[in-house]
Amino acid sequence: MAAIEILDLEKSYLVGFWRKRPRLALRPLRLTIEEGEVFGFLGPNGAGKTTTLKLLMGLVFPTAGTARLLGCAMDDPRVKSQIGFLPEQPYFYDHLSARELLNYYAQLSGVPAKGRSARVEQMLARVGLSDSAGMQLRKFSKGMLQRVGLAQAILHDPKLVFLDEPMSGLDPMGRREVRDLIQQLRSEGKTVFFSTHILSDAEALCDRVGVIHQGELRGVGAVAELTSGKQGKVEIVFYAPEQKVPLALTGLGAEARISGDMVNAVLPEAQQEAALDVLRRERIKLISLTPVRSSLEEYYIQKLRPSPDATEAGREEADRKGAGA
Amino acid sequence: MNSRIVCIAFNTFREAVRDRVLYNLIAFAVLLSGASILVGEISIDIERLVVVNLGLTAVSLFGVVIAIFIGIGLVSKEIERRTLYTVLSRPVRRWEFVVGKFFGLTGTLVVNTFFMALGVFLALLYVAHKFEKMDVWVLAALYFIVLQFLIVCALALFFSSFSTPLMSAVFTFALFVIGSLADDLRGFARITHGAGGWLATAIAYLVPNFSALNVINLVAHGGPVPGSLILYNTLYALLYSAMAVSGAVLIFQRRNLK
Ligand SMILES: Nc1ncnc2c1ncn2[C@@H]1O[C@H](COP(=O)(O)OP(=O)(O)OP(=O)(O)O)[C@@H](O)[C@H]1O
Ligand SMILES: [Mg+2]
Repeated sequence: MAAIEILDLEKSYLVGFWRKRPRLALRPLRLTIEEGEVFGFLGPNGAGKTTTLKLLMGLVFPTAGTARLLGCAMDDPRVKSQIGFLPEQPYFYDHLSARELLNYYAQLSGVPAKGRSARVEQMLARVGLSDSAGMQLRKFSKGMLQRVGLAQAILHDPKLVFLDEPMSGLDPMGRREVRDLIQQLRSEGKTVFFSTHILSDAEALCDRVGVIHQGELRGVGAVAELTSGKQGKVEIVFYAPEQKVPLALTGLGAEARISGDMVNAVLPEAQQEAALDVLRRERIKLISLTPVRSSLEEYYIQKLRPSPDATEAGREEADRKGAGA
Repeated sequence: MNSRIVCIAFNTFREAVRDRVLYNLIAFAVLLSGASILVGEISIDIERLVVVNLGLTAVSLFGVVIAIFIGIGLVSKEIERRTLYTVLSRPVRRWEFVVGKFFGLTGTLVVNTFFMALGVFLALLYVAHKFEKMDVWVLAALYFIVLQFLIVCALALFFSSFSTPLMSAVFTFALFVIGSLADDLRGFARITHGAGGWLATAIAYLVPNFSALNVINLVAHGGPVPGSLILYNTLYALLYSAMAVSGAVLIFQRRNLK
């Protein structure tokens, strides 16, 4: 079963003071995310990531389209107890302490009274807030609030977790902990949908990513595919104390860069053996040989490019993945 | 009642208490004891009249001010601060949230009124040295005051579901004032003819009838409160506030959060 099925969800806001005109924040979005998948939602500021999440959470209403979460209509209250949500820059009742807030939310989510406080303590420990659990939230720093936000999102052990920029405002240790947390959610079989600006995090964590720009889904791809050596090139690093690149290597089409007493040469995969022969013949010490991977960053930037055919391709790909995946 | 509503109501009460709303009781106590001591010094026979009149009027005004100032922010503040995001993404329906907030505030006011009522009876004991049978009617007047709070809370909630906090406060307070004059307005409507008469009648019956809920003068003079009035007022207040809360829910249901 698909965990999230977004069926042409669309949102426009009325803007302008006197003459209100509709402004499209999200063009019809079609996207399917399978159960157990970790999906990264990428896009520049104002792309429509938060709008998509708010639509799915029923906080704003779509202009058109609908979505299904865990097989239920998205406004079905029964499905809500299976969903966790971390809003961007979360803010909570500041008259409560972190412990009281989590207790309150656990009650609202229908966590049974038996074992509720144990669960709350467990969550506080999991986000590293055990020491400040009794302090009123008005005294919390931004990153501490973010941690509270994470705790409340997974408090009731939801099957489906939505995180809007989960790493924002966190220190390096905190980011690492969030990465571990998402990994752990994945190993527990949960579905995670998160938006982020940090491509390395997306690359490390996601099964698939989607790129959205100006309210339009530009492309969806499996991270493993996007970053597998589709470029067909290898990078060879070797010692060259005289700072010279063998001519035979350049003849194979290598682009070489000298740094210190090492040389970095990139050449077509097909020439790999020939290049190694050259090095052996010249008795040059090889340091490493690695296939050149295309990075998520390249994919991302390519999808943002405004060229019309790139947009076309993105749309087609989106349709294909949306319908087929 | 459903447990989520109870939960939200309790949290609203807790917020009011932690925001030191109950501190108004100190001002009330100072006012009332000052007045009682003063009256005890100067007057001969009207101590009871003055203390009941002044005490109950103060209870009503203190409560109305609290009802308006918390009521207008009850839902709009949560939208503004985005504390609602993590509530409404849980299995909480929007109407449950509004109703829970409403009960939380009325609960706060009931507790507040309880302490103020205690103060009024203490002041009464201080000036008259004993309780009389007719003091029972003071309880009825206090009950009516609580019914007033119910309506004021509901109106503040209703107005704030579509207008700014300031305008909501103005609207609610204006309705409180006009509604306190509802009896006069109805009298005026009876003697006016033509279009003006129609308009006056419409307004007189649309605004909440706070004058029927005000029996302060009656009980200050020791008069009994008829049982039929208690029944009528109870039904009226429940119906009126239920309608205002329903209006607030209907508007809030389709609202896009910021
Ligand atoms: N309440 C609103 N009224 C009018 N326009 C809005 C509103 N909320 C969002 N928008 C517009 O919708 C578009 C998408 O905004 P959204 O918040 O979804 O972006 P985002 O991808 O989350 O960006 P960021 O990375 O900065 O968080 C923006 O152009 C924004 O101006
Ligand atoms: Mg955003």
